[in-house]
Formats: sequence, C-alpha cells, structure tokens
Amino acid sequence: MEIGLAHYMAVAAIIFTIGIFGIFVNRKNVVIILMSVELILLSVNINFVAFSYYLNDLAGQVFALFILTVAAAEAAVGLAILVVYFRNRGDISVDHINLMKG
Amino acid sequence: MMYLAIVFLPLLAAAVAGLLPKITGHLGAQIITTSMLVVSAVLSLYAFYDVAYLGHEQTVDIARWFSIGAFEASWSLRIDTLTAVMLVVVTFVSCLVHIYSWGYMADDPHKSRFFAYLSLFTFAMLMLVTADNFMQIFFGWEGVGLSSYLLIGFWYKKPAANAAAIKAFVTNRIGDFGFALGIMAVFVIFGSLSFDTVFAGVEGKSDLMFQFLGLQVGAIELVAFLLFIGAMGKSAQFFLHVWLPDAMEGPTPVSALIHAATMVTAGVFLVVRCAPIFDAAPFTSGFITIIGALTAFFAATIGLVQNDIKRVIAYSTCSQLGYMFFAAGLGMYNVAMFHLFTHAFFKALLFLGAGSVIVGMHHEQDMRKMGGLWKKMPLTWVFMLAGTLALTGFGIPGTSFGFSGFFSKDAIIEGAWMAGDAGKSFGYLAFWVGVIAALMTSFYSWRVIFMTFHGKPNGDDHTFAHAKESPFSMMLPLTMLAAGAIFAGVVFKSDFVGSKSADFWRGSTVVEGHASAETKPHGPIETTAHVPAKTDAHASDETKHEAVKKADKSDGHHVPTWVLWSPFVAMSLGFVFAWWLYIRHAGLAQKWAEQSRFLHPFLYNKWYFDELYDFLLVKNIKRFGDWFWKIGDQKMIDGFGPNGFAAMTTAFARRAARLQTGFVYHYAFLMLIGLVGFTTWVIVRGVGGH
Repeated sequence: MEIGLAHYMAVAAIIFTIGIFGIFVNRKNVVIILMSVELILLSVNINFVAFSYYLNDLAGQVFALFILTVAAAEAAVGLAILVVYFRNRGDISVDHINLMKG
Repeated sequence: MMYLAIVFLPLLAAAVAGLLPKITGHLGAQIITTSMLVVSAVLSLYAFYDVAYLGHEQTVDIARWFSIGAFEASWSLRIDTLTAVMLVVVTFVSCLVHIYSWGYMADDPHKSRFFAYLSLFTFAMLMLVTADNFMQIFFGWEGVGLSSYLLIGFWYKKPAANAAAIKAFVTNRIGDFGFALGIMAVFVIFGSLSFDTVFAGVEGKSDLMFQFLGLQVGAIELVAFLLFIGAMGKSAQFFLHVWLPDAMEGPTPVSALIHAATMVTAGVFLVVRCAPIFDAAPFTSGFITIIGALTAFFAATIGLVQNDIKRVIAYSTCSQLGYMFFAAGLGMYNVAMFHLFTHAFFKALLFLGAGSVIVGMHHEQDMRKMGGLWKKMPLTWVFMLAGTLALTGFGIPGTSFGFSGFFSKDAIIEGAWMAGDAGKSFGYLAFWVGVIAALMTSFYSWRVIFMTFHGKPNGDDHTFAHAKESPFSMMLPLTMLAAGAIFAGVVFKSDFVGSKSADFWRGSTVVEGHASAETKPHGPIETTAHVPAKTDAHASDETKHEAVKKADKSDGHHVPTWVLWSPFVAMSLGFVFAWWLYIRHAGLAQKWAEQSRFLHPFLYNKWYFDELYDFLLVKNIKRFGDWFWKIGDQKMIDGFGPNGFAAMTTAFARRAARLQTGFVYHYAFLMLIGLVGFTTWVIVRGVGGH
C-alpha cells in the first residue's frame, strides 16, 4: 500500500483532534493544555509538509519551520508563565484557574 | 435715562448684594442697596413732579423682548401720571423700609441676602408699574410673586414661614392662572398686547362674543373678569385672601413693604391701569364691587378678634384693599388710586410701628402680653397713633382738616353712595358695607393701640422692664411715613380726586366713570384737548349726572349731610366701643370671648376658611399630587423610563458576565464551536457567499 496524501491528512486530523480534546476535556493540569497546543501545531505542520511535497512548493516547508519556531517560543513563554503562576498560587490545576471570571 | 435709573438701580443693587456677598460683606450690601434706593426714590419724586404737574409723559423704549408673528412684546417704560404715582409709592416706601431694616434686621446673620431680596422686589414692582404691555406687567407680576415668596420664607428654618411662603405662592398661582388666561384672551381679541392698542380697541369690540366654558359671554367682560381673577390673587381678595395673614411670618419690614404698601396693591393698580377695559365691562365691575365690599367687611370682622398685632394689621390691609376694589368696581378709579396712595403711607407706618413694638418686646407679637408700653416707647406710640388716626379716617367732614385716610376713605364711601344714587348696581350696598367696615376698622385699630400701649402691662415683668425705644434707623422711616400719613391726604386731595383731577391724571386712567363715548380716554397719553371737552360736556350735562358730583364731591354739594357724616360717626362709635371694652371695662372683652360659643370662635378662626379649603381642596389635591408622584412619576415614568432602562442594562450585563467563567477550557470550547461553525458556513455557502 502506497502511503499517499490522504494518509498524511488522516494522521494530521487525528493528531489535531487529540490536541483539541486534550485542551477541553482535560481538567487537571495546565501543562497538558500546553502539550495539546503543541500537538495541534504539529498536526498543522504535517499538513504543510505533505502538501508541500505533493504540490512541489517549498513554501509549505518554510512555513513549517516558522511554525516550529513559534511553537518553541510559545512553549517557553507558556511554561515560564506556569512557573510564575505556580510560585504565586501554589497550584496549576485547571479547575482552579478562573481569575478571569466575570 | 432718569427712568432707566429709577427702575434698574434696584436691580443693580440686588445683583451686587445678592451675587457678590463675599465681596461686599453685610455692611457693603446694606450700603449699596439702600443708597441705590435713595437715589431711585429721589429721582421718582422728581419724575412725579415732572409727569403729573408738568405733563411730560413719555414712553421709554428699552429693547424688544420677542416677536413671534403678530405676537410682540417689548421692554419699555410707560411713564404717565398713574405710573408716576406708583413710582413714588414704591420707591419711597421701599427706600424707607431699607433704612428701617438696618435697625430691625441688625442681628440677622443673612442681612445681605435680605437686602438683595428687598431690592429685587423693588425692581420687579417697578417693572410692573412701568409696564407698557401685558407681557411686561406679567413679568413684574411674577417677579413680585417670587420675591414675596423668598421674603416670606426668609427665615427658612421656621417651618411656619416655609409653609406660609408656599401658601402665598400657590394661592397666587390660581390668580395668575386667571391673569395669564386674560392676557391670552386679550391677544386673541385685539391681536396685540400693547396697552395703547388694546385700550383704543376696546370700543370696537364691545359686541364681540366669546365662547368660554360653553357659555356665550361678551369678550370684554371675559377679559375683564379674567384679569380681575389675577388681581384677586395678588391683592388677597375674598376666596383668595388666605395667604396674606400667613405671610406675616416674614420679617416685619417685608410685611410693611410687600404685604401692605406695594405688592398687594398691584391688583388695584392692574384694575386702574386697565380701566378702559373694566369701564366697558359692567357685569365684571359689579362683581368687583361685590368682592371688594365682601372683602372689606369680612376681613374687618376677623380683624376684630385677632391677638397677633401683625395679623390684625394684615386683615386691616385686606379690608382696605376691599375698599379700593369696590371703589374701582364702581368706576372711581382715581379714588381707588388715592386710597392706595394714602394707604401705602399709613399702613406701612402701622406695620413698621408694630415692628418697633415687636423689637421692643423682644419679638413678642401677642397683644395680650403687651400693654402700658406708651411710657416705654413714646415715639412709637405717637407714630402708631398717627397711623391709626389715618387708617380710621379721622377728620372733620366738610373741612380740610383730617388725616390722609380721612380724605381717601371718605371719598370712597361718599362716592359709593353717589354711585348708588345714580343707579349703579351695588352702589348702596358698597356704601353701607363701607360704613360698617369703617366702624370695625376704627374698633380694631384702637383695640391695637389700647391693648399694646395702654392699660396694665400683661407680659412678663422682665420683658416689660427691658422694653425700650427702637434705634434711630427705625425711627427715621417712621417719622417720614407719619408725615405722609398725616399730610398726603390734604395735600393731594384735589389732584387725585378733586377739581384738578382731570388735569392731574391726564387720561392715564378713566377719571369719570360715565364719560360719554366720544370723550372717553383711550390712550395713556391723551391729548389735553380732550380734557376741557370732558369737563364742558359734564357741566352742560344734567346736574344729576354722577360724574359731575364725583368731581365736586369734596365740596359736599351733592351729598346729603348724613352721608358725609356717616363715616365719621362710624369711626367715633368704633373708638368708643374699643375704649369701653379695653379701657373702661378692661377684661370684659376677654370674658365675652370666652363665653361666646359661636361668633368669637367663628371670627377667631377666620371664618374657618383655612379649614374649609383644607377639607375641600388642599387634602384632595395633596392626595392627587401624591398619586401622581408615587404612581405616575415614580412607578410609571421612572419605572419604565430611566430606572427601567438601567435595570434592564444591569440584568443583561449580569447575564453576559456569567459567560466569562474564567475557565480556559470553556473559552477553548467556544473557540472550537466558533471555528466549526465558521468552517461549516464557508463549506456550505462557499467563500464569497455564492
């Protein structure tokens, strides 16, 4: 069986869905949310690279590199915020983070 | 220029003293207002001489107020004899009251406000008397109403004063409503509010009928009637008199200036000013006669039994205003004006004298606690005697000896008899009421003197021991007013009501009640050519003609002697009664009052008018107002209006705020839903919405 574009897209879709569900089904840890965001970004990357190959267009791969950079930065910032948050409140359970409540 | 100064200097003084009290201070405010008033009074005296004797009537145009289509009103001062007389009365009394207040209000912490109000009142009153059209007279009319309200309620910490101020204002509103309707009717009928145009047009409109309240009434009658309603309110006539006695809650100088000498006579002034209209309205004139006579009688009866010195004088004012009105109702406009003129002097004198007594007795107003004061306050006693003699009309009929009230009041009473003799409706009624009221006037006036100054001291010894004569600033105005009260009658008799009256008034009011149509004066500035024509016409007229007799009545030619002497007899009887009850048998009156079951309580409670109005009107209107306030305003207008919107917004915002749970996964979920929704939209409809 030749692995084609559809397979890549299926994998990407599955990873994306796992990422989405990881965000709002998870009720425990903010770190898991960060990880889920990474998953979503990765799934997008898979799509970019797959299309880039099939369309013979390098722009997609360039974009994938950009996204990786952004994802790294985002993870760094997110974790930094978490560290500070934990220091201040001693808890990073998602259920207790509702300071923005209206 | 001089007239502008007379009218606007008090306004300037009021503005400076009222708006810049921090800069002027109390003393500065007093000096500014009083000096402006002195200037104004001196100029008025000159203006009086200039206009009434030299005949320099004029109209001073200041500015146009507004002009909407045919509806025009201008600011202009109409200076004729009638105005000049009022100018003198208003500025002279006001100036003296200002001076008097230096002494009377010496201890008051709000002096600058008081003097500012006094000057403001003077300005409004001057606007009223110099008005050239109905709009301006209405401006002055409301202005004096406002300042009256402010001054009655001057001691705003006294609940009674506040209540009295509101009562005065609200009662006046009823009259003013009539007045406003009258002005509108004038405009509808004549298409103008200017006095000249209106008075000139009265003749042509005598047949015009008007639909009013489903009745067919003569247009002129209706106008006159509505204007008189306004006059009734301002001049405290029967039915609308209830505010005047209560207005005595204000400081005594205010009572003297506003509620005796000037403002309350505005109604009389209005009737006299609009004499051409009233002259053409016989039914309304009859109504005025009845109301005036009724007031003269009714107020005098109440005055008989009151114990508050100011209230007695207040009812006396009410009663004297009744005299003026029935004189005007019988067509004797100049006589009414004469009484207004003399009354201003002696009533202001009585009030200021009473104020002096009140100060001397440390703000005691109950006459039952006075007595024997003449030794302590001899000057005040003398001045009060002069005022009383003037009020009761002391004088020898047929001679030129008499106090001012003698000439004016007797002229009214004799005129009433002659009007009755000439077949004028209610003339005899007015005559008899006038005589009876004169008796009562004499009684209650002497009662005041006897209870206050004679007999044994009835108050507590401490107060009596410390009673002393008032300061110079209070005595000086009394002296000048006493001079007016004594001499104003004899000096001006022939000008106001006597042989020279036509020359004096020069058409500023209707002097002969029944002047024939072609000689009836129309304008304020009538050509002098009319005057000799008028007198000639009368001389050749039948001798029974009342107008001629009126012109000659000071000589007593056409009046039976008993009519001439009847006011004198009434006055003497009143004096004897008062002497008998309060000096000869002191204490007897008290006993009678206690024994009386019906008459004394009836009179003492002012014919139960307050109770009646309270029962019939005040309570219901209050309930009505309460309903409007609580249901209409608070529940409906506020409920559905501002408060309703506010409540809705709050509720909506609260619901919207609840969306912000603060949980990240809720936001994420919403974002996902949004994304899915948006994607679905794009897939189904296609990008670009085809």
